[in-house]
Amino acid sequence: MEYSYFPGCTLKNKAQELDTCGRISAEALGFHLEEIPEWQCCGGTYPLAEDEIATKLASVRALAAARDAGHDLLTLCSACFNVIKQVNEDMKHDKDICFRANNYLKLDEPYTGTVQVVHFLQVLRDTIGWDTVRQAVKEPLSGLKIGAYYGCLLLRPSKVMQFDDPEDPTIMEDFIKALGAEPIIYSLRNECCGAYLTLENKEIAQRRSGKVLESAQDMGVDFLITACPLCQYNLTQNALSKQTPVYYFTLLLAHALGLKEMKGVSTNG
Amino acid sequence: MDDPKKMKAQIEDISHVDVRKCMRCGKCSATCPNYDDMEYHPHQFVCMVEKGEIRKLMDSNSIYTCLSCFACIERCPRQVEPAKLIEATRLMVERERGANHLKPDMIVQKLDDQLPQQALASAFRKYTK
Repeated sequence: MEYSYFPGCTLKNKAQELDTCGRISAEALGFHLEEIPEWQCCGGTYPLAEDEIATKLASVRALAAARDAGHDLLTLCSACFNVIKQVNEDMKHDKDICFRANNYLKLDEPYTGTVQVVHFLQVLRDTIGWDTVRQAVKEPLSGLKIGAYYGCLLLRPSKVMQFDDPEDPTIMEDFIKALGAEPIIYSLRNECCGAYLTLENKEIAQRRSGKVLESAQDMGVDFLITACPLCQYNLTQNALSKQTPVYYFTLLLAHALGLKEMKGVSTNG
Repeated sequence: MDDPKKMKAQIEDISHVDVRKCMRCGKCSATCPNYDDMEYHPHQFVCMVEKGEIRKLMDSNSIYTCLSCFACIERCPRQVEPAKLIEATRLMVERERGANHLKPDMIVQKLDDQLPQQALASAFRKYTK
């Protein structure tokens, strides 16, 4: 089973662990991530303006490449997933955007939103299945209390993302259970960490991520997992008081599959 | 001199938001994680665009504090999508020559070893044109 893989800018740099652990775990679970040649940065945030075309073109190019390869397009980064999936929806349903993007790109065959955009976690849930994941686990994470941090971009806007229930998601909790650990529900698991404001207005990002961390710490988590490099940064670098480790979900997966050692994590299992 | 009617039409053109759909329930502002850090809140963007008070919004720091978290878009019971109005207002400012909120020479002092590339890409998309 093969997917056209869009790694995104950060996974080639600061978030290499999210990328490498995802790739080796995929192989172990029976699917392959084929990196799209010459992909370009998605821009990090979806352009909400209806009259912008240029900022959507990188996504359309990647989508057309996946179409040409005959694959679904897969991402690991929440932001890439959000941007590319929303642009794909525009190409499918917004005739004006579709016309103008195709007019600019002059592809051999126009792109009309036909590719499925999937996140790695959806492949685990919908294609591989939690039972298969559970059976592949070599190092069960028993005894660990893990909080899933969804943030915004995997879930919203839900009518486009179609990822999970936007107010009461379960996919990351099911993932944690499949690896043998205990998922901890806390109230701000789907609220914003402060996002890119960390660059322009650090205090706001500190307040936002502080609230999220406090809510998770109150419920007694050992650590959090995320699919977003910016969430990981905000929750670890902007924590003013008590620190809680935040790991990429693929690191946890690779560790449980016996492919990668995870420092600082010991289980009672 | 500003022409409020023209500016309102421009905002509607950029955002495709129909402000008349709003029923004033205030859920967008109630759910906004950055409510405390905004001078004008999401529901006020909707009301003020309807009234044509766009210059006030353009002059406010609120256009730079929207997190694009999609909470107001998700939870609006009338699909008004207030975040699109905030984006459109910011773009009205940034599309004016030299009005970028973030310039490359401001970046160096803001960098640290851990900052993900994603933060830079997103901030440039939001604060420059």
